[in-house]
Amino acid sequence: MLAPGHNACPGCGATLIARYALKATGPDVVVTLPTGCLEVTTSPYPNSSWRVPWIHSLFENSAAVASGVEAALKAQGRDEKVLAMGGDGGTVDIGMQAISGMLERGQDVTYVCYDNEAYMNTGVQRSGSTPLDASTTTSPSGSCSFGNPVKKKDMPAIVAAHGIPYVATANVAYPKDCIGKMEAAVETEGPAYVQVLSPCPPGWSMEDSRMVEVGKLAVQTGLWVNFEKRGDGVVYTKVPERQVRPVEDYLKPQGRFKHLFGGEGGEEELARIQAVADRNLENHDIVR
Amino acid sequence: MRETVMEGSHAVAHAVKACRPDVVAAYPITPQTHVVEELAQMVADCELDVEYVNVESEHSAMSACVGAAAAGSRTYTATASQGLALMFEVLFNASGMRLPIVMTNCNRALSAPISIWNDQQDSVSARDAGWIQLYAEDVQEAADQVIQAYRIGEDERVRLPVMVNMDGFVLTHTYEPAFVPEGGDVDSFLPPYEPEIKLDASDPRSFGEVGYPEDYTEFRYQQQLAMDASREVIREVAQAYCQEFDREDYGGLIQRYHSDDADTVLISLGSMVGTMKDAVDGLRNDGESVGLVKLRSLRPFPEEELYDALEGAKRVAVLEKDVSIGLGGAVHGELAGTMFNRDLDASLHGFVTGLGGRDVTVRDVGSIYRRVESGEAESVEWVNVDENRLFEREARGPTP
Ligand SMILES: Cc1ncc(C[n+]2csc(CCOP(=O)(O)OP(=O)(O)O)c2C)c(N)n1
Ligand SMILES: [Mg+2]
Repeated sequence: MLAPGHNACPGCGATLIARYALKATGPDVVVTLPTGCLEVTTSPYPNSSWRVPWIHSLFENSAAVASGVEAALKAQGRDEKVLAMGGDGGTVDIGMQAISGMLERGQDVTYVCYDNEAYMNTGVQRSGSTPLDASTTTSPSGSCSFGNPVKKKDMPAIVAAHGIPYVATANVAYPKDCIGKMEAAVETEGPAYVQVLSPCPPGWSMEDSRMVEVGKLAVQTGLWVNFEKRGDGVVYTKVPERQVRPVEDYLKPQGRFKHLFGGEGGEEELARIQAVADRNLENHDIVR
Repeated sequence: MRETVMEGSHAVAHAVKACRPDVVAAYPITPQTHVVEELAQMVADCELDVEYVNVESEHSAMSACVGAAAAGSRTYTATASQGLALMFEVLFNASGMRLPIVMTNCNRALSAPISIWNDQQDSVSARDAGWIQLYAEDVQEAADQVIQAYRIGEDERVRLPVMVNMDGFVLTHTYEPAFVPEGGDVDSFLPPYEPEIKLDASDPRSFGEVGYPEDYTEFRYQQQLAMDASREVIREVAQAYCQEFDREDYGGLIQRYHSDDADTVLISLGSMVGTMKDAVDGLRNDGESVGLVKLRSLRPFPEEELYDALEGAKRVAVLEKDVSIGLGGAVHGELAGTMFNRDLDASLHGFVTGLGGRDVTVRDVGSIYRRVESGEAESVEWVNVDENRLFEREARGPTP
């Protein structure tokens, strides 16, 4: 349902996530998408990769547009699903207010955030979802900087605090888990949210061919945690002990963390990042 | 229609109800609140069957209208001032996607200083957004224009959003006798909205794509063509409306009031026109050769109509409640621009007045007329500026 021929980069996580999401919804769906890489690469007029009804309005209003679509379908007695998508910037930063409103109103919309951890469309500027110490064009590493000085915003927790029926995180490198969660989200009555890690080869300065591998390493190091929350019950996806890796294995293939290796003070930064991973693994009792 | 005495906001809400919208999305702001509160009460009392989306901002109100209209629904919202300013980028988006959303803007001044009172800076500042902009003189017209707005915007020749402007407090909070529609009163005048292209899984379409340089201009040009086409539609609809519901003749994009033989013609828009009509009556009684032209539509700009109306005039004065700081009143500037290549023999003067809720009285209009008539008036003037209230006064030292 997402036709080939779009302009996305080789190894793009976002376009895969869009395909997963459309698998979960089926063809009877209306999709809203904010400004960002996925939108720009899939809708160069007069062409479109979207074989389902699709609307892009602005950068911060995907959830609000989806709210209007949902209301209209209800008013007309139609039964298409509504899928709102957004990049991390359009979701955790500028789109936060609209999403909060949509969730609080209990609108029957599935929201999928493809999280590539920066504003990629405008040239890899940092977002609230950029992890600690990642070098971006607005949080560059330098002689007195290790890159992004703060840790990633915990958007899934913020979403969960709205008390909506379904929240999950997923990872593009684990399609079965990801699509399963998207299906559950679509089946949920009322708002559902899935945030999916979406490695971005150019934005993360890594080889195209390593997109899936790096996605897996995010999980195996404990820097990305997959969970599913229905109502009050949270289920964390376990990581087999033999797969657990030190954070360096995840960071090294990515140019955005290059400055942490070999230079002065890098060791301490790596230890800080390892501490984030350790806390994730322990707090959620993830290792089996 | 039922004749009644009703608050302006409630009359508008009744007009909206009669238009049978599918989706209302709105966020409260003074002086728009009574419109959306009344609609919410109608929903609560099962008098109005509509999806009412209580959004968390005006940005989302307009965004929800965009989504709903693209999905094929008739939509309504209302706002004012800061709310309209917050919607700014969504306004362009709605018109660019050719979605016939109808919005009542309850004209209010813009901050700073923050002011809840009336002027027309909000809508005038949004005049480039690709929306048809109508202005109401009284409560009756504010309600009537909502109904006309749907028929104009949804017309195949147009397909543009329409903003109906009514002055905050002066019209929104004033009780006036008005005919308000009931039940199916407007059903035959306003058939259901059935766009041929919408978000629909049985015929998937993409809305809001990327426009490259080879296509962008043509998209914009087609908006211009639609706006041009709307002139005729506005006239037709006003006429049809007056016939169907027995109203006095609105006159299309402008309304002339004793202007045909007048040496001095005053121009304005919105509720100030009512005051100015009284002033003109008085001056005419005193033997003055003065008339008035009311702009019902600021976009499309009624260039031809104005030229016709002003052809015999010696002096023209625009009175308006907005200012483009660094220039003058926007309407005055636009009128000057459109008349530059026409052989108009009149002098043209602009008066910035009525800002932030300051009253414009019949006397004020009279003094403006005298200045114009006597040849003293400058090209652009600010009316009734109180020197004693200029805060830089102290810094400059006491005035002698
Ligand atoms: C109001 C507004 N501010 C800024 C922009 C510029 N802009 C367009 S896309 C974008 C970044 C998108 O980032 P994200 O949502 O993470 O999606 P990605 O491009 O990374 O897929 C920005 C900053 C805009 N279009 N609108
Ligand atoms: Mg991003």
